[in-house]
Amino acid sequence: MSEAKPLEGKTGVVFGVANKRSIAWAIAQAWADAGANLIFNYQGERLKENVEQLAGTFGADVPLYPCDVSSDEEIDGFFEKVKGHTDKLDCMLHAVAFAPKEALEGDFASTSRDAFKTAHDISAYSLVALAQRAAPLMTDGGSIVAMSYYGAEKVVPHYNVMGVAKASLEASARYLAYDLGEKKIRVNCISAGPVQTLAARGIAGFTSMLKHYQEHAPLKRSCDPAELGKTGVFLASDGAAAITGQTIYVDGGYQIMGM
Amino acid sequence: MADQSIEDKVKSIIVEQLGVNEEQVVPDAKFIEDLGADSLDTVELVMAFEEEFSIEVPDEEAEKLQTVGDVTKYVNANKG
Repeated sequence: MSEAKPLEGKTGVVFGVANKRSIAWAIAQAWADAGANLIFNYQGERLKENVEQLAGTFGADVPLYPCDVSSDEEIDGFFEKVKGHTDKLDCMLHAVAFAPKEALEGDFASTSRDAFKTAHDISAYSLVALAQRAAPLMTDGGSIVAMSYYGAEKVVPHYNVMGVAKASLEASARYLAYDLGEKKIRVNCISAGPVQTLAARGIAGFTSMLKHYQEHAPLKRSCDPAELGKTGVFLASDGAAAITGQTIYVDGGYQIMGM
Repeated sequence: MADQSIEDKVKSIIVEQLGVNEEQVVPDAKFIEDLGADSLDTVELVMAFEEEFSIEVPDEEAEKLQTVGDVTKYVNANKG
């Protein structure tokens, strides 16, 4: 295991690539650069072509399979396919979140039962569902990484139900970390500062969030996707062998600020 | 792309994103109705324009960019 390729010989699954701006893609690239072999999901035919194109840059035979994380059947089907490629997984990235657009515009108090359910199902429960299927394949221990955001911890206007769902995601990561610890499987969240992604642009006033970080974060900026990639490599590597259940802030330091 | 006009750059971004023919990308063409864009395409387009022209398109402005001509006009007016 050389310093340059800390994930040499490891196999990972990546959930949540939508396009080249996706955080999932940045982490996938970093994992691949670090030597990992990857298997991708795509969410519906709409995104298949994007993922195909991106994954294709690693080689023509990089596997990708459909998986809508709100369906247990699709998740089962996905992991059956994974087993066709490998009998052992080492890392898994969860970079999946969704809330109906109207829930990310008005106030949180107006959140409908349906929007609440959908946001939690797709953005938080999915981590549990994926971990259930991935853990039995992580026979030599493993690292599960999920993407979160500060709106889980403090109120970020317009982030609304997604913040509540991210709080659930972070708590789920802690409980999973406890349950899976015996198997040497670690579960951590990366709490990223605002990044220009397709998903982020669904949040009303997103551009003002970026500006706010540039003005108030200690490093006078948020983070860039490549940096999230490097944190992803760290969390998947032996450097993080004793780190589990944590939420790591990669946000230009914004999280420490009181005002 | 350095010596392309704004209009040409806008056009090639649209052709690339939506997989349409250049001839379809006329100033009056509406992204959704005429060029077959879906809601994800429209967000991706806005982000591509922002990146290409180093501009920022706030949500309320992005909603108004419905035709190819709207975009060239907006970029011309807001490019630094």
